[in-house]
Formats: sequence, C-alpha cells, structure tokens
Amino acid sequence: MCYYNQSLMPFHFEEKPALVVYLTCGDPDLATTRDVILAAIEAGARVIELGVPFSDPLADGPVIQRASERALKNGVTLQDVLTLASEIRETSQSVGLVIFSYLNPILRMGLSKFCQVARMAGVDGTLLTDLPIEEAGEYLREARKNDLATIFLAAPTSTDQRLKSIADVSTGFIYAISRTGVTGARQEMTGDAKTLVQRLRKYTKLPIAVGFGISTPEQFAAVGEIAEAGVVGSAIVHAIEKNPGREASTVAEFVTRLLGERRRSYQLAVKS
Amino acid sequence: MASAPTTKAPSRKNSTTSDIAGRFGAYGGRYVPETLMAALDELEREYEKAKRDRKFQERLDLLLHTYAGRPTPLFFARRLTEKLAGAKIYLKREDLLHTGAHKINNCLGQGLLVERMGKRRVIAETGAGQHGVATATVCALLGFECVIYMGTEDMRRQELNVFRMRLLGAEVRGVDSGSKTLKDAINEAMRDWVTNVRTTHYLLGSVLGAHPYPTMVRDFHRVTGSEARAQIQKAEGRLPTAIVACVGGGSNAIGIFYEFLKDKKVQLVGVEAGGRSEALGDHAARFRGGSPGVLQGTYSYVLQDKAGQIALTHSVSAGLDYPSIGPEHAMLKDSGRAEYVPASDAEALAATILLARTEGIIPALESAHAVAEAIKRAPKMKKSEIMIVNISGRGDKDIGIMRENLKLD
Repeated sequence: MCYYNQSLMPFHFEEKPALVVYLTCGDPDLATTRDVILAAIEAGARVIELGVPFSDPLADGPVIQRASERALKNGVTLQDVLTLASEIRETSQSVGLVIFSYLNPILRMGLSKFCQVARMAGVDGTLLTDLPIEEAGEYLREARKNDLATIFLAAPTSTDQRLKSIADVSTGFIYAISRTGVTGARQEMTGDAKTLVQRLRKYTKLPIAVGFGISTPEQFAAVGEIAEAGVVGSAIVHAIEKNPGREASTVAEFVTRLLGERRRSYQLAVKS
Repeated sequence: MASAPTTKAPSRKNSTTSDIAGRFGAYGGRYVPETLMAALDELEREYEKAKRDRKFQERLDLLLHTYAGRPTPLFFARRLTEKLAGAKIYLKREDLLHTGAHKINNCLGQGLLVERMGKRRVIAETGAGQHGVATATVCALLGFECVIYMGTEDMRRQELNVFRMRLLGAEVRGVDSGSKTLKDAINEAMRDWVTNVRTTHYLLGSVLGAHPYPTMVRDFHRVTGSEARAQIQKAEGRLPTAIVACVGGGSNAIGIFYEFLKDKKVQLVGVEAGGRSEALGDHAARFRGGSPGVLQGTYSYVLQDKAGQIALTHSVSAGLDYPSIGPEHAMLKDSGRAEYVPASDAEALAATILLARTEGIIPALESAHAVAEAIKRAPKMKKSEIMIVNISGRGDKDIGIMRENLKLD
C-alpha cells in the first residue's frame, strides 16, 4: 500500500536544514500566538506546527505541558486553532501549516469534519501524536480525500519493518524523533537521530525533519548534516513563557539566531 | 490494518467475547506514540509465548497459591442477607490476598513476564495505592528496581500506602499535574516509559491502556471468576443470579465476570463511582456522562467536554477516580451483556459501615461501591436467588478517609 503522491508537496525545504517551528496555540492567548507565528515566518521559519492544547499531553515534557495548561485555561479549542490557521494562511501563502494534535480532540470533532475544515482553513498537513499507523485507516482515507499531508513519527525504537510501513503512508515529510523520550530541550543530541535518518532513507524519498530536544543554533545547524529540516518546539514555547509582553520579538530574535548559525556553518563548509 | 474509531456507535455489537488484535467490538486498540510501539509488540509476543509455556503457568500458579494466598474464600454473608431480606449474598474475599487486594494477581503475572524479557526496571502508576503496593511487593520479591507514580492528591489521602511502598524499597514519585490523581500518574508513567522503554517495563495496573494490556491484565485476573464459579457450584449446586463488582479501570470486575460471560442468565453488574453529584467533574461514572474517545492508549468511554478535553473526576475512592474505563467493559455495556450503575460517595460510606457491622469485614472504599449496589439490589430479589459481591480489597488503607467522613460517636 503506497499513498505517496509526487504532487502532494506543500512543504518547502529549500535551505538545509529548513526550520519547522512548533508552538502551543493559545499560549498565552490566541492573538499572541498569531503574532508569534507571523514573526517566526518573517524571520525565516518554513513550516509552522500548530499545537492543539490537550488536557493529557503524555508525550510532552514540562514546558509544553505548562503551555497546554495555560491555553486550556483560556478555553482554546481545536476549532480555535483551525480558525487561527486560516488567519495565518491569509497572510502567508508560502508557509507550510501543520496541525499537531493528540487524537481525542480530533475524534470529538469527527475525523471527516476535521479534515474538511482543516483543508478549508488552508492547512497543509496533520500529525497526530498518539495515532500510530496501525490505527490510522480511516484518518488516512479522510486526509487523502482532502489533500492533507499525513505526517507520521518515526522513532529510534521503530523496527525496519515499521519504518517501511511509516514511509508507505507518510506524505509531505516524515518526522524523525531524535531520541526516546518526551519533548523538551537537551544538552546533547544522541547518535540515535543520525542512525534513524539513515535507516529511514532506505524506505523513503520524502524529506525528513528531525525533532525533539533541538534548542540551540549549533544543534539546529548540525541537523542540516543529516536531514532536510529541524523542528524546534519546547525552546520556542519556553521563550514565549519567559518573555511576557515581548513574545513575538523574542521569538523573531531566536529564530534569526537559529538560522544565523546555519548560514555560518554553510559558508564554512563552502570555504573548506 | 485496523480501522480508526469513529464517534459513531460501535458496529460489532454482539461480539461479547472477541478480543482479536486488542479490539473489544469497536473499543480498545493501541493509541500511543510511535516510540512505544516496538515495546508493545515485544510485550504482546512475550505474553503469547508465556501463555503457552507450561512452566510459566506453573510458576505463576505456585506463587498465587503459596505467596498471594489463593484460592480466596467465597463467604456466605448470613447477617447481611438477613438484614436485606432478599437474595442470598456471597462475598468473594479478594481482600484476604497478600497486600490487601486483587491487584497482586496481575502484578505476579507481569512480574514473571518482566523476568522473561530480561528487564530490570519496573514502573507503575497507582491511584488508591493498592496497585503500587502490589507492584512494589512483586519487585521486592523478584529483585527489580521499582518506581511508582502517584498523584499528590492521592498521596495525601492514601498516606499509609505511600509509606508501605517506600518500606518495600520502591521510589514513590508525586505527580502534581492536572487533578493530581490516577490519570495524571498514568501520564507521568507513560512519559517515563517513553524515555526508558529499552530497559523498563510499565506494569500497568488495570484493564486499560494500549493492547495487549486490557487482555493480558484481564487474563491474570480471570482466576477470581473461575474460583468463584467452582465455589458457588460447590456451595449451592448452581450459578448465581447476579455478580456485582466495582469498576474503576475495571480489573477486579472483568476478573470475576469473565468466566460467567457465556452464562447468559447470570447478571453482571459493574458499579461506577457516582461521586458527590451528577455534574461533570463531580463523579467518575463514565457510562452516565461519558462518550467514546481515546485516552492513554485505548478507545473507550471517556468523561470529556465538547472539545474533547478530558474532564476532571471525583470519588471518595481513589481507585475509582478515573475518567475512562476498560475497553472490554465498554463492549459489554453496549452489547447489554453487563449492566453498569453508579453508587455515590455517601452510599459507599454507608455500605462500609453496614458490612463492617453485619459481617465484621471492612471493605476498601472501592469495594464498598459494590456493596452499596448489593444493598439496593438484594431486597428486590427473591430469597431463592444468589448474589456474589466481589470484595476486591480491604479497607485498612482507607481508615484515614473514613475517619474524615464518618462521625461515629
């Protein structure tokens, strides 16, 4: 079973690595999230993962847990996140927009309705943290009907057989988890990421984004040696948490620094 | 490839005993982050092998007999029966097991599996602390490192069990997120597992979570029902009219129900926590206020709001204080094979006093919910009818809460 479709390439990973930014929508409020996203796009982010807050984020570390709690205190819903997506789309046609969610809010809305509304909002793809490929039949059908890319996670613990199946049903890009664990910044990147990306390449020609634990310009630049894109999430959410009133400008500066190191290492590589 | 759930009614309504590939009708499944999938596959394979391994079964049976204290008695509650003036009431005494509740059955089973898999570190969640104590006990017995996650609210109300776990050598980690109860402890245990999955086994304590847990945990508790079936046949020469058990995740209930599923005339009654009111947030009666959804790895009935956020719950009993229910119960509910009713905090406390004073047995507050339903149901039944109530645990751990809630002088 292979759903791979050449025409379905809404994501633009021209630089290496391209920057994928995750943030929890509605933290601290939806208007701020909107400003932060526009600032991140302006500073060079290529894809925005719009995190849907959930009451039980069991794959997330403390930073994103706290962000979800703040967003839920404001009563932010999946519908709000989809509305936000359509606002972003009005402003930027080139950025990739991904809905990043746990499954239950999606089920509550209904898979079919969710996919239709997401498409109407200008969303390019979806990633559901707790929906592994075995349970994804109906989701895949609904997403295909609405031309939404279905992005799946690949983990260092995934067997080769699983990686092949993941590659078969993924479209847009594949999200390679850099290490076992929950989301959140780490001092060092492990060797897991490189090995995983190499294993994945055997089964896919799709771009690969590496995420989990990337927080510094050096780590981000290093991702460029192995993958097309790097995802930065908790570090962005942390910057938002620590800079009330200055969220957008702080994130813009942070994104500029992340990409600055990429440019510098690229130039060094060209010279040598 | 299994199909994803819809929010519509389940399609295979009559498949009351089906558990193929972790599905119970429309319910069950395996909804976890990719990182855990290989570990769940490994666990499923190892469990399937162990099931067919005579030596594994013999070792488990020996431990259940010589260490846990099986079989547990089926006791005729004469004074309670007289008092209620209806059905003859028998009590299945799981409260007499080592560590004070049925939870030890599953912990011994999974403990032996951990040995087979060559892992040395065990983590678990606990609500009332009974599963935590049983896990800590088995880890001491088999020599594993043990970490127990427990909501800080539960640590407060089940202080004694926290100390017991520490005494047994376990590390108890308080969880301060959400409602600070069982659900939050499971989230934190999952986070630990997703990080340390290569070396660690998650010893889940109920018929919840991703496949194979709901099937495997049920199988380890089936012994309760098979004993009860033989015991009532011996005592009365026939099967009971009704079996009543409390349902948090639902492990003690499915344990005693399972051997009777095919005996269609035996009524199976699960009792949920009715809490302090019918408002969302004030109870844990998933079949009264819940709807199908995915929480912590499985598709089942869930207490949730309109946007799919999981609701807070309340029960005087920490072990029933959980917003979802085992997927097999969801199937039994939809098919009508089992019936589910709520009992309130007040009814459970009153039942505790009645059982203590008629039979000299102080039940756990969880099990007291089953007794509360017996008190309502038995008087409506004929004297020739028989009811078995599963006393899944003893009340020692709850003395503090009982003191807070009961004025006895």
